Amino acid sequence: MQEPLITYDNLKHQSPINNWRLIVFFLLGALLILFLPIPLVTPTPTDRVIHIDATSFQFTPGVIRVNPGDRVTIELVSKDVVHGLSIDGYDFQLTSDPGQPATGTFVAAKTGMFRFRCSVACGNLHPFMIGKLQVGPNWLLIRGVLLGILAVVAAGLSLRKSAKTKSGNIL
Amino acid sequence: MNRLDLTRTRWTNFLIRNRWPQFLIRAITLAGFIFTILAGLFGSVVGSHNFAIIFVWIAWWTALKLFFIPFGGRSWCSICPIPMPGEWIQNGGILQPRGKNFGLGKRWPKFLRGRWLQAGGFLMVGLFGAVTLTSPSVTSIVLLFILVLALVLSLVFERRSFCNYLCPIGGFTGLYAQAAPIEVRVKNPEVCSAHAQKSCYEACPWGVYPLAMKSSANCGLCMECVRVCPSNNLAVNLRPWGSDLGPETKHTLDEAFLGLVMVSSALIDSAIFLGPWGQLKLAAYAVGSRAWFLFAGLFLLIALAIIPGIYTFAVWISKKLGNQDVSLKKSLAHQSQVLVPLGLMAWIAFTISFALAKFSYVLPVISDPLGWGWNLLGAVAKPWVGQSTSFSLLLQIIVLAIGLFWSSRVAFKITRSRKQALPMIAFSVFTTIGMLWLLIG
Repeated sequence: MQEPLITYDNLKHQSPINNWRLIVFFLLGALLILFLPIPLVTPTPTDRVIHIDATSFQFTPGVIRVNPGDRVTIELVSKDVVHGLSIDGYDFQLTSDPGQPATGTFVAAKTGMFRFRCSVACGNLHPFMIGKLQVGPNWLLIRGVLLGILAVVAAGLSLRKSAKTKSGNIL
Repeated sequence: MNRLDLTRTRWTNFLIRNRWPQFLIRAITLAGFIFTILAGLFGSVVGSHNFAIIFVWIAWWTALKLFFIPFGGRSWCSICPIPMPGEWIQNGGILQPRGKNFGLGKRWPKFLRGRWLQAGGFLMVGLFGAVTLTSPSVTSIVLLFILVLALVLSLVFERRSFCNYLCPIGGFTGLYAQAAPIEVRVKNPEVCSAHAQKSCYEACPWGVYPLAMKSSANCGLCMECVRVCPSNNLAVNLRPWGSDLGPETKHTLDEAFLGLVMVSSALIDSAIFLGPWGQLKLAAYAVGSRAWFLFAGLFLLIALAIIPGIYTFAVWISKKLGNQDVSLKKSLAHQSQVLVPLGLMAWIAFTISFALAKFSYVLPVISDPLGWGWNLLGAVAKPWVGQSTSFSLLLQIIVLAIGLFWSSRVAFKITRSRKQALPMIAFSVFTTIGMLWLLIG
């Protein structure tokens, strides 16, 4: 049996999407994926001490993972020039002079991925001296993947195919 | 017709037809361009305190991707200062239409035509990006080199040869202009066919004949054709996004290559500038070192072999599923339309993280553009460190999902059956998940 083929004329008549119910359905789906609260089973919060070396222009380790609610103590040691460390979304900042450890503590109350950055101008690549703090599972990434799947389904349903065959420039 | 012709409204028609408004904007951008070069050469060596770095790589580069291209296609090209000096010499005046004046007026060599050199230029931007984006003097030298090159080429070759064939930004804007909601098109083709003089083609600095134009990729929106048309037969239309992408538009292999370079660059730049891998940043910065050569090799491997390889494999499967007698080369070109929305949205998502967090630097450098301790506007203060907020992360997810939706729609539109679209959609999903992981993961 011949595969139903698409025709350009037919597509033009159906684009943009004219099915409002479909639009509302996908928008609601997108909102649910993005904002539906997910009950988390989290391990008992613990105290963690994390040592971070700062050199131009990297933090070692570059990625740190903690559980939600953990009480995190960061010991920042600069190995060359003055470096700082501030965490996006958290009111936390440290500054370390070369060889002088700086210590600070915060509670990892927010879940997700947060970048931490050097907060003291340290050279040309300073704006890109970045690390990542991962608090619990990265639900935002999972939500992003689910939204992507929804986007593909929505794209497929937004263009209903014609059963007509038509020669054209379709390859 | 789902088009709104801007020449039908009195004030937009005035702005389009009169050369003065465009000239005034271009004069400002030229002055800003020259000041940027001077600031980079003579101002502070600290990038975050220098007008050249903040204005080129934070303000302009962001505005290009978040405003000019998505809403105006090649609108930046219509006010770009780079071709101005050469064009004035070519035309023998500032407000003159194109004429046969100074310069050799040679045609650009046939073997160098297409998007290949622009794609190569964009690869160079990527290879040396960590230095160019952070060093004011290097940024200035690159801008000065581009200005001089465009001038010299306009003395040797006809029209805007530099913009058409060499400018990496021209390649970037041209590729994504196909998705943009603006176009210049002929109103009535019969009027043009009967007009022997072809004054629009003669006046076009881009060498485009509007009657033959099916895509906005090569139209720089300079509006010269609209101005010289004796029959008022050219429209400047607002149109739906992505109008140039569909089964009936022609695409070439060089466009596919450019699209793949752009997608690869978005992925690699996200890893370098937003990732936690310090060694990668240092390697990208240490131009000439062994680490840099390793980085350059990896960069070129990804941009020239891995991503194009996966794309070619996807197109090959799609072709097999289509069971048609079409060459792989033609299919590679045709299916490259999928790369347009995919790449554009990937670049927008990257920009949200890259530049918005650094926007707090813009006002202080206006107040002290050279980093000499001035405080012209009283805005010099310690800039906010800059953060990705939960809102910006959410926005990136939404932008990438829109890109995936859009590229999947294009894949469905340009293929004969749903199953034939699947390999291209799989390629789009692979790229989108890569961007998601780099930006959010």
